Amino acid sequence: MTDTATADLSALEARILDEIAAASDLGALDAVRVAALGKKGEVSLKMKTLGQMSPDERQVMGPALNGLRNRLNEAIEARKTALEDDALNAALARETLDVTRPAAPARIGKLHPVGQVMEELAAIFADMGFKVAEGPDVEDDFHNFTALNFPPDHPARDTHDTFFMEAADGETPKVLRTHTSPVQIRTMVAEEPPIRIIAPGRVYRCDWDQTHTPMFHQVEGLVIDTETHMGHLKGCLEQFVAAFFETDQVEARFRPHHFPFTEPSAEMDVRYERVGDAVKVGSGDKWMEILGCGMVHPNVIKACGLDPEIYQGFAFGMGVDRLAMLKYGMSDLRPFFEPDSRWSGHYGFSPLLQANLATGLS
Amino acid sequence: MKFTQSWLSDHLDTDLTLDQLDEAMTMAGLEIEDIDNPAARLAAFTVAHVKAAQPHPDADRLRVCTVDTVDGEKQIVCGAPNARAGMTAIYAPLGAYIPGLDFTLDKKPRKIRGVESFGMLASTKELDAGEDHDGIADLDGDWAVGTPAADALGLNDAVIDFEVTPNRPDWLGVYGIARDLAAAGIGTLKTGPVEPIKGEGPCPVSIELDWPDACPVFAGRVIRGVKNGPSPAWLQARLKAIGINPKNLLVDVTNYISYDRARPLHVYDLAKIGSTLHARKGAGEADRFEALDGKDYDPAENHCVIADETRCLGFGGIMGGAYSGCTEDTVDVFLESAWFDPGLTRITARETGIDSDAKYRFERGVDPESVRDGIELATQLITQYGGGTPTEMTVAGQAPARNADISFDPTRVERLLGLALSEDRIEAILISLGFTVSRGNLWRIGVPSWRRDATMAADLIEDIARIAGYDALPTTPFGRPAGERFEAPATIMQNRVRAARRAAALAGYDEAISWSFCRHDEAALFGGTGEGLKLANPISSELDVMRPSALIHLIKSVQRSADRGVEDARYFEAGPVYLSDAPDGQRTVVAGVRRIITGRDWRGAEAPDVFAIKADLETLLAAVGAPASLQITADANAWWHPGRSGVLRLGKTVIAEFGEIHPRVLKALDIDGRVLAFEATLDAVPTPKKKALKARPALDLPELNPVKRDFAFLAPTDLPAANLIRAIKGADKQLITEARLFDVYTGQGVPDGQVSLAVEAIIQPRDKTLTDKDIEQISAKVVAAAEKAGAQLRG
Repeated sequence: MTDTATADLSALEARILDEIAAASDLGALDAVRVAALGKKGEVSLKMKTLGQMSPDERQVMGPALNGLRNRLNEAIEARKTALEDDALNAALARETLDVTRPAAPARIGKLHPVGQVMEELAAIFADMGFKVAEGPDVEDDFHNFTALNFPPDHPARDTHDTFFMEAADGETPKVLRTHTSPVQIRTMVAEEPPIRIIAPGRVYRCDWDQTHTPMFHQVEGLVIDTETHMGHLKGCLEQFVAAFFETDQVEARFRPHHFPFTEPSAEMDVRYERVGDAVKVGSGDKWMEILGCGMVHPNVIKACGLDPEIYQGFAFGMGVDRLAMLKYGMSDLRPFFEPDSRWSGHYGFSPLLQANLATGLS
Repeated sequence: MKFTQSWLSDHLDTDLTLDQLDEAMTMAGLEIEDIDNPAARLAAFTVAHVKAAQPHPDADRLRVCTVDTVDGEKQIVCGAPNARAGMTAIYAPLGAYIPGLDFTLDKKPRKIRGVESFGMLASTKELDAGEDHDGIADLDGDWAVGTPAADALGLNDAVIDFEVTPNRPDWLGVYGIARDLAAAGIGTLKTGPVEPIKGEGPCPVSIELDWPDACPVFAGRVIRGVKNGPSPAWLQARLKAIGINPKNLLVDVTNYISYDRARPLHVYDLAKIGSTLHARKGAGEADRFEALDGKDYDPAENHCVIADETRCLGFGGIMGGAYSGCTEDTVDVFLESAWFDPGLTRITARETGIDSDAKYRFERGVDPESVRDGIELATQLITQYGGGTPTEMTVAGQAPARNADISFDPTRVERLLGLALSEDRIEAILISLGFTVSRGNLWRIGVPSWRRDATMAADLIEDIARIAGYDALPTTPFGRPAGERFEAPATIMQNRVRAARRAAALAGYDEAISWSFCRHDEAALFGGTGEGLKLANPISSELDVMRPSALIHLIKSVQRSADRGVEDARYFEAGPVYLSDAPDGQRTVVAGVRRIITGRDWRGAEAPDVFAIKADLETLLAAVGAPASLQITADANAWWHPGRSGVLRLGKTVIAEFGEIHPRVLKALDIDGRVLAFEATLDAVPTPKKKALKARPALDLPELNPVKRDFAFLAPTDLPAANLIRAIKGADKQLITEARLFDVYTGQGVPDGQVSLAVEAIIQPRDKTLTDKDIEQISAKVVAAAEKAGAQLRG
């Protein structure tokens, strides 16, 4: 009797397994499960007959039916997983996109080289203890000229192609500052030495060609204390040039010159050579002037209410645009002031770059 | 200031080559701008003898010449009509660069109509060395084959051009340059003192100094019987070399002494002047005269003129009159050598617009003690080359006193320069420059008459440094003062500018730097030009006032880029705008501009609107540290679109404006389409209080999750949404942390003139979970606050 019964079970198992395998979706699979293992399923009904069996029969059929139920459950789970995977794979296939199509680009603008160079200068001079000072573009005659030892009606004023503002009759016209040196005066009048400042900003001269624009940028430097001498001036500026051009191989020379507001005055030249269209600073057989400097003239110190017998120091001024051209290889100044995104894209700087001494200037 | 090498060697004995002289002058502070050395420029070209010149077999105009050259006998085909046997010519070898043609000869011989030519016979024009009229250079004189062309052409004198700084007018004469170079050890000064010439009889012209402040000293002399022809060749050559056209002996001599000694002179035709000359104030129209430049002038009362009893003869120290000038027929002359005040000379020149070599020298300061030397030197040259008999010299007035002696502490040299020099060396330098030295505790330094710039110790230290050489100064390391705490140097404003620039660039704008000035009618579109901000001498009428806004150039630049095919350029600028000419009349703004243009993208793209630029602006303001709680109003200035612009403000203080630019403004600026912009005034952003501690307060995170509630309100269309949002936020300041507008609807279900505004309120419970009743109470407060603001809960 039990032999027949177990043979029946094998046939039943084989049939249900076939049905499981044939289930093509989760619904069909569940129908198979209910028909076999549901409350009134074939296997469940058989399990209910166990109670009526003799102990001997039960000893055989009990484990057989339990085994059958477990195997069917496993088969159903396995089939369910397979069907779910198929469904997901089909869904994924439907969702496929051509990822080679372009993403909408996030536009990031570029910063102007003048701002970059100004930040480089601030970083270098901060390391030497300089603060940053500022002054107005529309200046009075006193701050731009007289206090800087340009006497009224002196030919030295001719060397500055000055823009004058219209003035009421009898009044001294204001000017657009021809250099950043007026900030020296404003600083010395307002502060007690020791003073170390740099003053970057816009300056104006009435001149316009490939290397001159009516507006450009300068950085002024000023050191006033009781002991800074011309050797410090040379040291400071040689350190600056090496740091700025990021090379140990800068050869510089100081030449006597004349500025009304410094005495002695000097111009600083650096060696350079042309490499193709570019200028390579540091080596070569030619000299290029890059800045003017000198010891602050006693008349200037006096004009600011300080005693030139006690205080001395140096000042320097340099063209920021020109430094940018030299370091970054622009040959024409004019596009600096003609906004053009093609120029910015080529010569501009990432806004994520911050010139500093720890991570580098550029 | 130009001079030639041979001219310098009249006064200075030196072995230096031209290159060494260049270097030495530069390092002594005489900054050389240019050296034109024809010998170097013409080095490739040499003298050649033409042995034979046969007609070319295939060309009537060409000749086949046999030429004896430095490279041996050469066959050269020449097209010049004057090529002939026996002539002395200039030979250009194969491969030579021909400066006048800007062309380099082939290295290999070229066939010209079938006949090979081994080089070229050059004209002086082709060598940039003159003007030929009849073909190739046809040299006079007996020049050997191979002689450098520069020698044969008389062009072996280098012309040196250097910058004379305003403090050293003594360098406006070759003698002064030689004197300074000798002090710097670049040779020996060989010119001695000027020898006086004894004249015959008293000078018949007397001089009256009616205005001694302007003309304190005036020397004169008459020379009778001068033959005023061309000046000697050497003199003409020197003047030509420095760019002055020779005229006649009298004029050339005065020009020569002006450049040789920095001593301007004037020569009058004695026949045209009266017996007394006055140096006096101008008398206006009564003094009207024609100057040597051919123009008429009315000398003003503050102009110094030279006049006789009947007429004004010229501006003293600036330009003489045509009437009394010398011509080829002049026989008897009166020489003037005077000293005119620099400041008054400058004013006269500026007011009359006259520029001249004399004016250039007098306004910078001529050696006042050179009046006699000037007369003597001129007399010597005039009588040597033009004959004539000089009278005695007459001198009226006295040369202005030399500068006062300078009290000098020699220890200051090291203190200022960092260079230890012995007292003997310091003294030697000063003496070499013409100063007198009386040593003591404090030295007394006498100043030579030609150094009117030297008034104080610093002037002497400058010369000492210059002559000792700047190379000799130490290079002293310069670091942060030892022991000082590092303090970041930037100001708050500078850091704001940095942050704003980066925020703007990250938002897609390229940084621009545009002119601080603009055109006045464009400024008028943006609020007009502030007081005192009109330029008296603009570089162009396009840039004649200081800009009131940074938008003007940016808007035009965006259009210019579009014209060049960059349709969606976006520019920002962080820079100044100008409200007035006062020191505090300048503001720092950040302005950004972009066009309203729909991009193209396969996923679809929308045109930017006023909210896009508003978002850029708010991001930027957050970056510069502006308060988060700015108010927003819709009353932007007139250059903005009246319905699509806004103002971000703190009470009355305007922080920024944004929106579309007014179409009328765009039309006036000739801009296509629509433009979005913002302009923020960084100065208006309040300065945060400086905190003693960098530590932040402890973080207080609520333990309970926030609750969201949505409300829909009907509001009149002119109710600013910001008012509603502010009202909702303020309905319960403890619990409502945020209110966000998430939908705006008009149309079916919403009455005309009204708009539905849907707002999500975030309610943040603090110490206890909110019950339904609590939330209902808050909702009621929200509705009440909205009603007060003018909006009704939508039923």
